[in-house]
Amino acid sequence: MENKTEKDVVLSVKDLRVWFELKKFGFGSSGFVRAVDGVNFDLHNRESIAIVGESGCGKTSLMKTILGLYKPREGSITYLNKNISKFQKSDLKWYSSQVGYVQQDPFDAIAPFMSIRKILEEPLIINGVKNKKEREDRIRNVLDEVRLTPVDDFIEKYPHMLSGGQQQRVVIARAIILQQHLLVADEPVSMLDASVRVEVLRLLEKLQEKYGLAVIYITHDLSTVRYFSERIFVMYAGRLVEKAPVDDLLANPKHPYTIALLTATSEPDAANAKVYKEIPPGEPPSLVHPPPGCRYHERCSKKIEGLCDVKEPSEFDVGNNHLVSCWLYK
Amino acid sequence: MINNKENANKINKNVLSIKNLYLYFKTHAGNVNAVDNVSFDLKKNEAVVVLGESGCGKSSLVKAILRILPRNTSRYDGKIYLGEDETMCMSEEEYRKKIRWKRMSLVSQAAMTSLNPVLKVGSQVIEPLVIGQKMPKDKALDIAKEMFQNVGVPLDFIGRYAFELSGGMRQRVAIAMALITSPDLVILDEPTSALDVLTQCNIMNLLKRIKKEQDASFILVTHDIATSSELATRVVVMYAGEIIESCDADAFFTRPMHPYSQKLMASVPKLHGKDELEFIEGKPPSLIGLKPGCRFAPRCEKRHGNCSQMPPVTGNGDNFVKCWLYVSSKGE
Ligand SMILES: Nc1ncnc2c1ncn2[C@@H]1O[C@H](COP(=O)(O)OP(=O)(O)OP(=O)(O)O)[C@@H](O)[C@H]1O
Ligand SMILES: Nc1ncnc2c1ncn2[C@@H]1O[C@H](COP(=O)(O)OP(=O)(O)OP(=O)(O)O)[C@@H](O)[C@H]1O
Ligand SMILES: [Mg+2]
Ligand SMILES: [Mg+2]
Repeated sequence: MENKTEKDVVLSVKDLRVWFELKKFGFGSSGFVRAVDGVNFDLHNRESIAIVGESGCGKTSLMKTILGLYKPREGSITYLNKNISKFQKSDLKWYSSQVGYVQQDPFDAIAPFMSIRKILEEPLIINGVKNKKEREDRIRNVLDEVRLTPVDDFIEKYPHMLSGGQQQRVVIARAIILQQHLLVADEPVSMLDASVRVEVLRLLEKLQEKYGLAVIYITHDLSTVRYFSERIFVMYAGRLVEKAPVDDLLANPKHPYTIALLTATSEPDAANAKVYKEIPPGEPPSLVHPPPGCRYHERCSKKIEGLCDVKEPSEFDVGNNHLVSCWLYK
Repeated sequence: MINNKENANKINKNVLSIKNLYLYFKTHAGNVNAVDNVSFDLKKNEAVVVLGESGCGKSSLVKAILRILPRNTSRYDGKIYLGEDETMCMSEEEYRKKIRWKRMSLVSQAAMTSLNPVLKVGSQVIEPLVIGQKMPKDKALDIAKEMFQNVGVPLDFIGRYAFELSGGMRQRVAIAMALITSPDLVILDEPTSALDVLTQCNIMNLLKRIKKEQDASFILVTHDIATSSELATRVVVMYAGEIIESCDADAFFTRPMHPYSQKLMASVPKLHGKDELEFIEGKPPSLIGLKPGCRFAPRCEKRHGNCSQMPPVTGNGDNFVKCWLYVSSKGE
């Protein structure tokens, strides 16, 4: 990574909290699900980051808030120095033409009754591309770009006629057809077979380079991140517990949770069957009543009594642009 | 380290032997050749992993082995030996009494949702004993408690309902249920693919321990190649309804033979190292109206003239491959 200055910042997330209210019957609330609870990061121009974490840690909630679909309870999100909470209707339209979204499940993402042409034409119409010929050209270009070729074979088809990998490419086509600057991809490959997964990851990588997109790639699979991202953020129970350049994080993980994730991630090796892996006990904590102190302390073999179970760790810089929220590094 | 008891005469005995197994389904468009002339053996204490892309017939193979046949089955034949017993010719009655859940059990792809929502998990786990073997309930519950401890489910969960448990705990309950009769063979169809890595890792630790301590044999069906290496002693690769390679795990994860297996291995993302990931152009053939010849040939970079004909199986015993590249070399 070259020197990244403040000027390069595309997206800035500050002290973000996204809580969902648990409704009781009748009136009132019986608490909150603290899905995102104090998240900070900057994303730079042309930079691609990965957010890794287990199911339910708040990845999708964080993304949907960045997309403007959920309101933050606290904190702010600024895109090109504009606070997205303050957006008017016309700003929102502009914002949606800036940010592309590839969601977890391609089957949910596209309307089954629309042809591929219709699916891709919709965002163009909404964003005021009035000329039919121009729309058609852009649709054909983008299909070519995502390798749904020959284009004539695909443009009239309906989603159910496509394989999972092809459907996901339609979703990607839609996420870049307005020449977006930021792409948010939420588990774009987790529903796909190994080989198809590689194909889609390589496509995303190519598009990122070609158009200089900033990308947020969300995944629960650490083994796919290094093919595609410059920095990794590890998320646990609503917070980012470690942020580092990919190579540094994979070679030098600091947070005990990151270490556990790396240990648990298998590589194809027959020797695996001959050893047991050391894995922390238990499960992630409730987001309604998160434990005091570090949210990981109940599962952590290195916890410092009287500190980790009492006080939330601050973020420590261990050098090399590597930040970790863990008292072991104070 | 896990040392398996080396017991020569046990090791050489086949727990399961499958010969020329077929399972076809009837549809409007024609017959789906989901399992198409499959043969392989499984020895005591082996864990055979069945790998392959979505739709290649893995779950159908499991159904065929366990005789769970859909209504539109149009062809089901071949030979399946469980130890000495030939199971395919047994009556349904005999099969249910002697085999299913007793000597062969299943942890299914949908185990997360297949636990009965209105039964407490304890009552559900003892079903194979109480209904299958007419064991008194209190005695069965004692065994269930032992089983729960074994798979790491806290004992007070025995009176809970499935929806009150996390996905990982539910999967452990399903495994407890599959093990409660100490079957000769446990078949697991994608047991961890819906789970998080840490939970998945815990379950794999559990399976390793059961394999070692109870001398159990496994068939593990999955498309997750990296995770499969946590248990595999042997790998069987399926493509378009056929087994195209069977290979010891040590050899497979370093030197797979079939061009398809090689491509599959090259598509596995790795945490470390700098290899470019590869993918396979094109897609698997439809299992309806299959063309003659090698089924992988249209996508194979190494195809040549012979490949328009069906390749023979070459190799010996448990290590074999179905590919023309291995045919001419003498002695093979
Ligand atoms: N709209 C909502 N209302 C209430 N709770 C919600 C809502 N959306 C998410 N949650 C809860 O917030 C927590 C975080 O959910 P989220 O979907 O962000 O997790 P995730 O990291 O994306 O998980 P996965 O990997 O399973 O997709 C979960 O406990 C979830 O149940
Ligand atoms: N009852 C049925 N009738 C018709 N076709 C079926 C039936 N069951 C399965 N098939 C088809 O048979 C083929 C093999 O299906 P199977 O479920 O065995 O695949 P799989 O390898 O387990 O895939 P996955 O990894 O997605 O679970 C698929 O093409 C499937 O659509
Ligand atoms: Mg999610
Ligand atoms: Mg299946």
